[in-house]
Amino acid sequence: MQNLVSMRQVNKDEILRLIDLAAQIEQGKIKPDLSGKLGALLFFEPSTRTLFSFDTAIKRMGGNSIVMAGAGSTSVKKGESLADTLMTINQYADFIVMRHKVEGAARLATEVVDIPVINAGDGTNQHPTQAMLDLYSIFKTQGTLQNLTIAMIGDLRLGRTVHSLAQALSEFNPTFYFASPGHLQMPRYIKDELRAKNVRFEEVEDIKPIIPKLDVMYVTRIQKERFAVLEDYEKVKDAYIITPDVLTRVKDNFVLMHPLPRVNEITTDVDKERYAYYFQQARNGVFMRQAIISQLLQLV
Amino acid sequence: MTPVKEKLKVDPIKSGTVIDHITAGKALVIADVLNLNPPENLMMIGVNLHSRKMGAKDILKIENRRLTEDEMNSIALISPTATIIAIKDFVVVEKRHPAIPDTISDKLICPNPNCVTNVEQIPTRFEVVDRDPVSVRCHYCEKKYAIQDVQFKF
Repeated sequence: MQNLVSMRQVNKDEILRLIDLAAQIEQGKIKPDLSGKLGALLFFEPSTRTLFSFDTAIKRMGGNSIVMAGAGSTSVKKGESLADTLMTINQYADFIVMRHKVEGAARLATEVVDIPVINAGDGTNQHPTQAMLDLYSIFKTQGTLQNLTIAMIGDLRLGRTVHSLAQALSEFNPTFYFASPGHLQMPRYIKDELRAKNVRFEEVEDIKPIIPKLDVMYVTRIQKERFAVLEDYEKVKDAYIITPDVLTRVKDNFVLMHPLPRVNEITTDVDKERYAYYFQQARNGVFMRQAIISQLLQLV
Repeated sequence: MTPVKEKLKVDPIKSGTVIDHITAGKALVIADVLNLNPPENLMMIGVNLHSRKMGAKDILKIENRRLTEDEMNSIALISPTATIIAIKDFVVVEKRHPAIPDTISDKLICPNPNCVTNVEQIPTRFEVVDRDPVSVRCHYCEKKYAIQDVQFKF
């Protein structure tokens, strides 16, 4: 692996290898040494969580970072092409972590620079490190990725996280339930891909009956910033709200995940429940990003 | 509409290319993609002609023009059934059934307005994911489209 741009290009063995590496880093069995290396965190689109997670991962391994947060004050605003910006950064850094609102921007980056590129989100397309940390979290809590029953709830149309995750899990014989308000259903191309791989999935409106079957529930935020008309957002934002009452009949191994940030789709009184896993999930992200950087820079 | 008997309508050409067995209604699209300028290329277009094999078909006859490999690939995407016939002095010198390519470089426009190929000045690239019917996936934004939903660059 030279770059990590899309889960489409990460096979089952690579997923399991990265999970194993993240676990060994978390347990202190492997301590990758990133000292003397510089990561360029190019966040053309703002993000606090992913940016901090990567920066933490870099610094935990003794590396350094240069950070661009938002394109507002940079030459991008002056009309510089993305390729030129990247070729300049290529002269400074040892690897690039990049978030951009334009789909395919990270793929373009891999074609103009000769240092590793990690896609930290490109528009509504891919967010592979989130998918990898989700897979790591599922593996940690379930002991396997194989044969799990997983519900994905919320914005399944525009939320890139659920697309990458569904694609990645489809290699592990899952059963999926999808619940989303109105027009925010899982896109057809994802459903076509799942059908082609004979993955069992069902789109449901009422989530109550499926809850006792679930190993994992993955809730996503209805993303206000992706709605052109505010009224449309208001109509669907409260469609699925997870409270402790919704989750009374869950299996012992059940976990509730969320990529964060949450707004109101999981009420705060859920946080104290045994199955509330989203903050550990964020913590797992640092170990997984350490694993990904180590792998791409061949530190391990 | 009943297809028109071809023989009554289309004359042979001396030298050039005949594109036969075009999916009915696609001849004008092919003419556009081949960038045929009438003053330079004498061209005959038959639309919705009778075909025993296909029911209805289109046909294109172009004087003094041979097609490149690249152009034939484009035709395969628009009409996989097309036969491309090279003519010299009224004689057929070559007959080809163009194949749908695996990748398509800088011929299509990605329909996704938020794709990097529509924002930055870079060539487009698509991978063919299904062949019957043809669908393609953008190498950059990874969105998949049926070929009829994708515009060609002219």
